[in-house]
Amino acid sequence: MLSRTASSLYWLGRYVERAGNNARGLQVALRMASLTGAGQRDTAWHALLVATGCEPGFRDKGAPLTQENVVRYLAADPENPSSIMSCIEAARRNGRAVRTALTVDMWEAVNETWSQARRSTEATFAPDNLPDFLDWMKQRTVLFNGAYADTMLRGEAWRFVRLGTMLERADNTARVLDTHHHALSDVEEGGALAYLHWQAILRSVSALRAYHHIYRARLDPRRIAEMLLLRHELPRSMVACYARIEETLDGLAAAHGGQRGECHRLAGEIHARLKFSRIEDIMGEGLHQFLTRKIDRSIDLGAEIGAFYLHS
Amino acid sequence: MTTPAFDEMTADGLVRGPYAEIARWLAATPRAALEQRRHEAELLFKRIGITFAVYGEGGDPERLIPFDIIPRILARAEWDALSRGLVQRVRALNMFLADVYGKQEILRAGHIPAALVRDNEAFRPEMAGFTPPGGVYTHIAGIDVVRTSPHEFWVLEDNCRTPSGVSYMLEGREAMLRLFPGICAAHRIAPVGHYPEELLETLKSVAPPGCRGAPRVAILTPGSYNSAYYEHCFLADEMGVEVVEGPDLFVEDDVVFMRTTAGPQRVDVIYRRIDDDYLDPRVFRPESVLGVPGLMAAYKAGNVALANAPGAGIADDKAVYPYVPEMIRFYLAEEPLLQNVPTYLCEREDHRAYVLDNLHELVVKLTHGSGGYGMLVGPHSTTDQRMEFAARIKARPGEYIAQPTLALSTVPTLVEKGIAPRHVDLRPFILSGKEVRVVPGGLTRVALREGSLVVNSSQGGGTKDTWVLEDDPADIARPLQGQSQSQSQSQSQSGSQSQSQSQSQGGSGC
Repeated sequence: MLSRTASSLYWLGRYVERAGNNARGLQVALRMASLTGAGQRDTAWHALLVATGCEPGFRDKGAPLTQENVVRYLAADPENPSSIMSCIEAARRNGRAVRTALTVDMWEAVNETWSQARRSTEATFAPDNLPDFLDWMKQRTVLFNGAYADTMLRGEAWRFVRLGTMLERADNTARVLDTHHHALSDVEEGGALAYLHWQAILRSVSALRAYHHIYRARLDPRRIAEMLLLRHELPRSMVACYARIEETLDGLAAAHGGQRGECHRLAGEIHARLKFSRIEDIMGEGLHQFLTRKIDRSIDLGAEIGAFYLHS
Repeated sequence: MTTPAFDEMTADGLVRGPYAEIARWLAATPRAALEQRRHEAELLFKRIGITFAVYGEGGDPERLIPFDIIPRILARAEWDALSRGLVQRVRALNMFLADVYGKQEILRAGHIPAALVRDNEAFRPEMAGFTPPGGVYTHIAGIDVVRTSPHEFWVLEDNCRTPSGVSYMLEGREAMLRLFPGICAAHRIAPVGHYPEELLETLKSVAPPGCRGAPRVAILTPGSYNSAYYEHCFLADEMGVEVVEGPDLFVEDDVVFMRTTAGPQRVDVIYRRIDDDYLDPRVFRPESVLGVPGLMAAYKAGNVALANAPGAGIADDKAVYPYVPEMIRFYLAEEPLLQNVPTYLCEREDHRAYVLDNLHELVVKLTHGSGGYGMLVGPHSTTDQRMEFAARIKARPGEYIAQPTLALSTVPTLVEKGIAPRHVDLRPFILSGKEVRVVPGGLTRVALREGSLVVNSSQGGGTKDTWVLEDDPADIARPLQGQSQSQSQSQSQSGSQSQSQSQSQGGSGC
């Protein structure tokens, strides 16, 4: 496969996943903002900016930290490369560049998302309409993921889309946790507010119900961290994402006559560390430190994949 | 004004043979149902993403080319006669290219002014003395043809560089089969779906001497901002080959490779859809980033085939066009089967004087122009436009040619006001490799504006599916529904005629 094709497929996967994650993040922040007092509200929005990696860009714009401004920046701002609209645009651009490598269902999912998104107006992002837009975005991501899971040949093209999806997802989970690490690390039992926080974390990875299935116990910060980091049953946990990343890279290596590079070693290392970690040790060491290291290693891995397969 | 023109479906209120079935269907189908189908066709094209990109003009850069659901129909005999003429023409064009980059016999014999070729921008001195693999220059030719009467086809222009539009031919057929399975089944339509296979065979057949094993083919595109990008991907997909951009390729030791996830892979045949100027910055435009440095050296070393060959554009230059009949006589010792439209070269003083005096009834075109830009359609022009063109012609006569306004044939077309005749042309695609192949049909373009003769998609033209019928209904007119029987009998003689007559008598939907 052309390196450029592989690169576009990989970024297609990443951008679709990012658009969906941003929509989830916004949904949760909106909920937090409408349930908490004015003081907490700004914290919620700031946390979301940090989690999406958009905080520096937002600060550069010089706009006051208000719900309206943050929503606009994360949902619609064309100057923000990670805004939902920018992600849709970039996903479609990458998809169009490799139109022939996609199945019809995948292309239609991306293309239709893009043409519907282009019909959005100021009103689409107004407070009363925003929940609809975010639901729609989540659905479109699920549709795309379903299209490629259900229709794509399990070949190289599929592996690169999956690699992009999983790397983006692992990164998102780490960032979501990191933004809330205070709420998870403070040992003192939180009140209703802490509970809201914990719920928010779980909701942003669609895992509130899954928590009850796994633990059958009340929300507890240590379990939440464990679940999002180490429980392989949860498709959005870091360990589950890394298992897929390693497996996908192995598949690529096998298809290329066993050629392996630093990206294979690094993915294996990150996966192994997650797989054999204990939550007590992580909490003891400090959740924030642990997550910062994981986020940095994810960035390294992205660069190594680029160097080995995408020649970027 | 409207030009009186030959309508391919009806003549003097009578339906021509190949259109008998369609005419009945159109009469029996309520207009709302047709509108509905047209809407579905539009959705279909939108969903598949068949777009024609026009950048830099404002509006939506990715436009949908309007697709008209009423097919354009040719009888087998009509097509066969046309296709013989096309094959003859393309053979001569290829021989002309071999000659002008070789011994230049036609120039020395004085059949074509030598300066017209040698001083032409489309002439590539870099190609002189080099024979492309298989001796073929224009592997894919699109010949634009218009019709003025049942038996008169005229070649409007030859496209020997990188003709586009074949994807619309194929997708248009798919849309028709999906939307109108019944009316399609009622005809024996010659298939066109094998075009990509024929193209692949053609490309493989010209693999260069340096090719080892099965030839690896790739399509070279300028990228997703090119107007025909959809087509590049479509063809690559249908042929199962890679569509590459310049930076995906590199040349090492005069061999072309593409960058892949498994390392470099050798490429043997490149169907290039970028212009000569951008192919290789070392030979042509140095600032271009679309092409591949060293590509021409690899080509000349016999390690890669390029389709179409660089320099093929000299054969489709509008100033060279008037000499194509001469080429056919010179190289093939045959009389041209297809006629040229009489063409005035503004460079020639006598021609220029005539053109300037008769601008109101001529079509003036830029010699090197394409896409319907920079055209004057005399009968539809204003005095100001004519004065402007007169000044331009006087300033740069070599850049203009003029032709009489032909009364292009019309085909019924679904427009705002209902079904109305609209002017059409036809671009069949002729493939030359070890052998010459043509799939029956081509791309019919239709001028959607009333009276307009400009069919280019960049000028608001649409497309139609082109049907060549395997059955050969005699080209005899049949009565339109509601016509009196005596009139129809006087026109028709055969048994099949009377049958269609009785049916049309029975089902009066008018």
